[in-house]
Amino acid sequence: MRKAKLKVYRGTADAGEFKDYEVQVEEGMVVLDAIHAIQAKDSPDLAVRWNCKAAKCGSCSAEVNGMPSLMCKTRMDRFEEGEEIRVAPIKTFPIIKDLVTDVSWNYEVNKKIKGFSPAPDDKEWIIHQEDIDRVQEFRKCIECFLCQNVCHVLRDHDRKDAFMGPRFLVRTAGLEMHPKDTANRMQYLKDEGHIGMCNITKCCTEVCPEDIHITDNAIIPLKERVVDEFYDPLGKVIKKIMGTDKKGW
Amino acid sequence: MTNTIESKAHPGRTARTDNWWANPLMVAVGFGVFIAYATFRTFENNYFEVDQYLSPFYSPKLAFDWWHFSPAILILWIPAGFRATCYYYRKAYYRAYFMTPPGCAVMGTSGTGYSGETKFPFILQNMHRYFFYCAALVLLVLWYDAIISFRAPDGRFTVSLLSLFMCLNCYLLSGYTFGCHAWRHLCGGAVSCFSKTEQQKAQFRIWHFVTKLNEHHQGWAWASLFSVGLTDLYIRSVAAKIIPPGVLF
Repeated sequence: MRKAKLKVYRGTADAGEFKDYEVQVEEGMVVLDAIHAIQAKDSPDLAVRWNCKAAKCGSCSAEVNGMPSLMCKTRMDRFEEGEEIRVAPIKTFPIIKDLVTDVSWNYEVNKKIKGFSPAPDDKEWIIHQEDIDRVQEFRKCIECFLCQNVCHVLRDHDRKDAFMGPRFLVRTAGLEMHPKDTANRMQYLKDEGHIGMCNITKCCTEVCPEDIHITDNAIIPLKERVVDEFYDPLGKVIKKIMGTDKKGW
Repeated sequence: MTNTIESKAHPGRTARTDNWWANPLMVAVGFGVFIAYATFRTFENNYFEVDQYLSPFYSPKLAFDWWHFSPAILILWIPAGFRATCYYYRKAYYRAYFMTPPGCAVMGTSGTGYSGETKFPFILQNMHRYFFYCAALVLLVLWYDAIISFRAPDGRFTVSLLSLFMCLNCYLLSGYTFGCHAWRHLCGGAVSCFSKTEQQKAQFRIWHFVTKLNEHHQGWAWASLFSVGLTDLYIRSVAAKIIPPGVLF
């Protein structure tokens, strides 16, 4: 049975270093198993956030060899024998300890989004599958925040003051495309969520463990809805003449 | 919230160990070659028409007494603008040329001065749908050119490799143009309910078809970029009497 070499970050943002560990690799093992093995054998004080170990709770986000991923979904057999496996906490959020980061900023952003708003007198609640397919894709999100972590606007430019990030664009898309929702979040998207900050480089889609097509199915359709509202005078005139209201039933 | 950009857990620009640089490098070279060729052909102002064949770079052929430069200049701003504001190309050139970011979890430019597509000039990306309208008209003309290329100057029906190549080019351009994200939005994506009226049901069918095309937008984008360049090169070579048009009958 082979052994794997891991370098795991230990410490806080200001004081810390990568420490070397050796772990016995077993069949079907994932990186989170290796971290648990380190906890059990070498360092019981190694801090790691985890819960389901089935890629459904979104807790064990980390950066494995520089790539944002869920540790429970990163198999050990994808690494070559002797290859060093470097495990670091996600970069965009402040480190609390070791692999655990403070992602509470995300929950503050979430509170600012206007919630689901059906018409109060709406009694017809039969929804056809074709109307809900788009929204169901967005409901797969497990809030691992890997997309928030990899988004360069938050990661490299630190524009948490301005940009809501892909996770919350997905949530907003789910609300905006819901056939029963009547609210309009376009002003918020443009002026507070700053959807224009996104330059659609698709890293959020690349790292999503739920394979949500974040850019193509959520962000770009929202950008186009913002264009409808603020940057398409010709379309506005045509809609006014034709009297088309594309929101709701 | 503490900025973690200089964290000890993430020294350097990236910890990725794969060849993340290969893709942006290929894109940069691919675009560079095409832009250099297209610029040369635009200003060459020669060898763009021979018998019944007209280069896509010069179609529709606009000849005005007051215009003393290459007629391609009057046309090429449309496909150039359509591709420059295209959501796929934006991703590609932001990564390859602007380094925002060069790869996922790879730091390119950094700093809080980043404003994405919220300010001039990048706010003009919101005009993509207007370029789409113009590009769709140009595409109609290109189909017309391809179809009339089956009629020899003496009026008889003829089939040549060049005519077939022109048709293939139009087919690829159609797949690219009508798989566009803006068109996907305009034809039905803006609607939140697809099932209530006959119009919405029809919109759903169109949107569903466009979505299928859109899933391979990157492939259509590259295939049509090469085909338009190669079609022009073929016509140029025939006009310069380097090769024959390949008449089959």
